[in-house]
Amino acid sequence: MAQPKRDHIIMNEREIRETLIGFVSQIQSDYPDPGSVAVVGIQTGGAHLARRLVSMIRDRTGFEPDLGILDITLYRDDIALEKNQPIIRQTHIPFKVSGKVIVLVDDVLYTGRTVRAALDAIIDFGRPRAIRLAVVIDRGLREFPIRPDYIGRSISTQSRQTVRVELTEEGKPRDRVIISMED
Amino acid sequence: MLPLKSKDLLGIEHLGVDEINLILDTAESFIEVSERNIKKVPTLRGKTIINFFYEPSTRTRISFEIAAKRLSADAINFSTSTSSVSKGETLIDTVRNLEAMHSDVIVIRHSIPGAAQFIGSRLKSRIINAGDGAHEHPTQALLDMLTIRQRLNTLQNITVLIVGDISHSRVARSDIFGFLKMGAKVILCGPPTFIPVEIEKLGVEVEFNLEKAIPRADVIMMLRIQVERQFSMLIPSLREYAKFFCLTPERMKLARPGALVMHPGPINRGVELDPRVADGPYSIILDQVTNGVAVRMALLFLLAGRPGADGNPAPL
Amino acid sequence: MEELYILNGRIVDPAQNMDETADIRIKNGLIQSIGPKSSPSKKARIINAEGKWVVPGLCDMHVHLREPGREDKETIYTGSRAAAAGGFTSIACMANTQPVNDCQAVTRFIIERAGTAPVKVLPIAAITKQLYGKELTEMGDLVQAGAAAFSDDGVMVRNAELLRRALEYAKMFGKTIIEHCEDLDLSADGVMHEGLVSTRLGLPGIPPMAEDVAVQRDIEIAEFVDGKLHIAHVSTARTVELIRQAKEKGVAVTAEVTPHHLFLTDEVVASFDTNTKMKPPLRSETDRAALIQGLVDGTIDCIASDHAPHTLQEKDVEFSLAPNGIIGLETSLSLVLTKLVHTRRLSLMRMVESMSTAPCRILGIDPPAIKTGKIADITIIDPEEYWPVDPNRFFSKSRNTPFTGWNLRGAAFLTISEGRIAYDAATDRQIT
Repeated sequence: MAQPKRDHIIMNEREIRETLIGFVSQIQSDYPDPGSVAVVGIQTGGAHLARRLVSMIRDRTGFEPDLGILDITLYRDDIALEKNQPIIRQTHIPFKVSGKVIVLVDDVLYTGRTVRAALDAIIDFGRPRAIRLAVVIDRGLREFPIRPDYIGRSISTQSRQTVRVELTEEGKPRDRVIISMED
Repeated sequence: MLPLKSKDLLGIEHLGVDEINLILDTAESFIEVSERNIKKVPTLRGKTIINFFYEPSTRTRISFEIAAKRLSADAINFSTSTSSVSKGETLIDTVRNLEAMHSDVIVIRHSIPGAAQFIGSRLKSRIINAGDGAHEHPTQALLDMLTIRQRLNTLQNITVLIVGDISHSRVARSDIFGFLKMGAKVILCGPPTFIPVEIEKLGVEVEFNLEKAIPRADVIMMLRIQVERQFSMLIPSLREYAKFFCLTPERMKLARPGALVMHPGPINRGVELDPRVADGPYSIILDQVTNGVAVRMALLFLLAGRPGADGNPAPL
Repeated sequence: MEELYILNGRIVDPAQNMDETADIRIKNGLIQSIGPKSSPSKKARIINAEGKWVVPGLCDMHVHLREPGREDKETIYTGSRAAAAGGFTSIACMANTQPVNDCQAVTRFIIERAGTAPVKVLPIAAITKQLYGKELTEMGDLVQAGAAAFSDDGVMVRNAELLRRALEYAKMFGKTIIEHCEDLDLSADGVMHEGLVSTRLGLPGIPPMAEDVAVQRDIEIAEFVDGKLHIAHVSTARTVELIRQAKEKGVAVTAEVTPHHLFLTDEVVASFDTNTKMKPPLRSETDRAALIQGLVDGTIDCIASDHAPHTLQEKDVEFSLAPNGIIGLETSLSLVLTKLVHTRRLSLMRMVESMSTAPCRILGIDPPAIKTGKIADITIIDPEEYWPVDPNRFFSKSRNTPFTGWNLRGAAFLTISEGRIAYDAATDRQIT
């Protein structure tokens, strides 16, 4: 795995912030009552983004929507294939899912398998009115029929490339989206 | 994170501290699943888990069964009363038959030390030891560690007092191995006839006087006295045992504030544990039971959710 | 009968305190001459024994041959083939067969079956009928039928009065009483040595004192009646000390030790391998060291294997359910050579004494000697034969050994029993 890689920054701090502001505006226009919306982030990157979105909505509307954190490990379809031991992180859905519009948040949308697992996980908590998907970056190469509702940027990639969203919450110096090219 | 090193979970003695932490951390995440309205995740769908009990047990078997079902595995219970064991089939033949039916995990309870290792070394299925004679009962020790960690945040430098028939107790052995590994101090208490030889060499302290031991403990673990066992050579009577070793409200007055009372169950009320203590504010006995499910879910996930022993991925 | 001419071997015979290189001529089952001067006749088979050790035929005074009754585990024939391959020219078989060797008919049966065996088989008869510890056997009748000694091995004679009478009665025939010293109340349901390892494993323990109190009792009785007492398979440091003290007082007590008690401790039981389960159990390192010291200084007279064959299916069970015992005829000599002689803990002379001269004396038979005119019972040892223990190559019917995979140095090269070649490594070693 020690292959040399060239990193390209495809979104910077400002672009990520603008993306999240755009999400808030779109959510607000689609669902004007913030009490009907809950934001659920997928561990771990999506969880940080969900926390940011909730506080941005609160700052704008004065109402703090429900926040949920979802670990989808138990719903993955590839656990038995994984060489490393998958770690189960916290799942915390401290509100009634039934009847809510769930905005599911993840950093990168790729094959769609994670979102599929998240959909199953949410449904195990109740019957939401709707589930919407927000992602900072859609890198294509879908394997499942899944489509985001709110997107920061779409790019086309190859499977041997990696795309990652770095956030200050994870101890990174600044927010950015990086694509690694293999030589 | 590295997976567990062995194919099987046979005991605590040969687990590393990292492995114990992995199991406890994973179990902690599983507590939430049991608190949901729909207490089930699809993780082990299509896996077959056989609870193979050579000895009667209600709570451990049910706990494993619930754990398997909450992970969507198929749990099959098999115990001596309904088995071919009475027809004279050997243990190894019986478990080979279970494996031929494509079991993924065999949970075994047996009266003879080493029985779990015996089948583990001969089968590809993953084996979880649910108690082998007086040897080990690793899932009990893990749930004990999880329960203490929940309350005290750590196991490091705490003092655990274990009271009862240490000689014949698999819970005591697994607890001793586990607590010592995790940095706790262990004091054993009971009549000398219940203390096995040379046990101090493991790094524990032995105290015959319960009143002297209680004030030093952060956790008091009362072991079940097997009232069905023939004790006549070891203790004069259960009545006399209770007189010296029953944890009563009077004795609890000697305890540190916030000391925790634990018991692996089932309790003999009035023998090792006074009902007022068992049901009192110190008692975290029911937390142990709740955490038992989470620990067993964690182990099933960590073992059955992994590629098979043949190196091929286990189908999910 | 073939004439044999053993050329240039190092002859070691403790009976004559002899250690020299010479040739041996064997004819008509007897040693005809020793020394370089005699020249082989043209018919003689010449055995080049250069670099080999030529010693009086070895004797294992404690084996279980299982016939009659459990021929699925071993027979007199297969057991004696194993003995020959292990370098033994005589073996004494214990009485706990089915039926028990407690009457002359069974003794005669064993002797008759041993007629085709490659080595001498000496039946040990029971002390008590059925080994029940209640009534003495017809010892005189048994001696006349060929019983070499008496033992209830497998169980102790629990009744002290009965043991006293047995020791007294056997004096009439000059025979030895061999005791399996185990206080059954103290050993109770134990399956291994009681110590730190049994505490860790939760297996019920057998305290060392289960042996010590039995030995102490037996020594007291033997001293009082001035009988010949032999302590089988000594396993504890304390027992070594008790025997040492008794011998100093002049009590006619002798003792044996097994290779497994000399070379293994209770640590190996942690594998739950049923081939580490036997009685007496494998003891602590302290005990093991005392046993070696006792053997070296002569407190323990001899080495005996307690060869105890069991079938695969009997041993392939949970630890507590497995029968006690392991086989030893084909590893005994090589283990002693590897672990004691090559390491210079035990002199070659003392080894030969403990594996040939001493056990024969205890059994009351004339020990083989490398001397003109003596019956040719000779073991030729290749001290530099390196071999890994592979039970599939054993002559024994059984495979229950804890030594599988051990790399040993030294083995029987040729076993000559009454002038006949009972085992020849060059042609008999089994190839699989």
